[in-house]
Amino acid sequence: MKFAVVVFPGSNCDYDCYHAFKHVLGQPTDFVWHKEHDVSKYDCVVLPGGFSYGDYLRTGAIARFSPLMEAVQKHAEKGKLVIGICNGFQILLESGLLPGAMLRNTSLKFVCKYVHLNVQTTATPFTRAAKKGQILRIPVAHGEGNYFCDAQTLASLKKNDQIVVKYCDARGQVVSEANPNGSLENIAGICNAQHNVFGLMPHPERAAEKELGSTDGLVILKSILDIK
Amino acid sequence: MKAKVYVTLKKSVLDPQGKAVQHALSTLGYGDVQSVRMGKYIEVELNDKDRAKAESNLRAMCEKLLANTVIEEYRIEF
Repeated sequence: MKFAVVVFPGSNCDYDCYHAFKHVLGQPTDFVWHKEHDVSKYDCVVLPGGFSYGDYLRTGAIARFSPLMEAVQKHAEKGKLVIGICNGFQILLESGLLPGAMLRNTSLKFVCKYVHLNVQTTATPFTRAAKKGQILRIPVAHGEGNYFCDAQTLASLKKNDQIVVKYCDARGQVVSEANPNGSLENIAGICNAQHNVFGLMPHPERAAEKELGSTDGLVILKSILDIK
Repeated sequence: MKAKVYVTLKKSVLDPQGKAVQHALSTLGYGDVQSVRMGKYIEVELNDKDRAKAESNLRAMCEKLLANTVIEEYRIEF
């Protein structure tokens, strides 16, 4: 599979993503500058974490107007894969590729720590290597990960099986004490109705090698390649 | 002409920043403060002479970029 890691001014997890896809998974991977107009030769577009445009106005609000995002929109419409991690998730929300919006963490603090995720659905290309209810230990690092949407949107997320991962405790219980940012119903990651666009706040690319303290992120990364 | 745009979180959306400021005010002895809502104030300088046209332009700018209408509402003043 060919991966495109999009680089915005202010991206800072682009090299981590590149390393994970290129060297850990051994896949052909390119950096693609946000001023480019074409991603048609790639199978999967990765929007990495960071602080695109310094988080000015709102997180992801300015990056979504980058020329490349139009190509990403078309790529998604064709049913090809898009994964947005952290700031990438925020950009997907701002661009309307995913429903809802991000608010400041309820603690008003930047959180940087390992969290546990409970896999809610395996019917996505991003979790097909997982088991339903599987617990993944993956780090988060964000100040605005407090996912919000209105009641109608939440109902449609549930109906279409779009809630992919939720924050949980070490035993897999989805409880408010395990929620690092106050997100609605402990939501950590969602996909679109077609299940080919996925956004999540935790960083699977930072949990892809034993040396980094966890390899649970590989469950997500390998799902994309459809390998166990 | 100069326009002023106020962007605030919708009433239905919890504002943790406003809550923290309200709490700080009450510890300072301002217990009368019922609630605090934080927002953004944006000044936009326009070449338009026609106010109605400027306002409809600004509305489009708010919908597209200045506000995220999933969580925010906006108000325009001249």
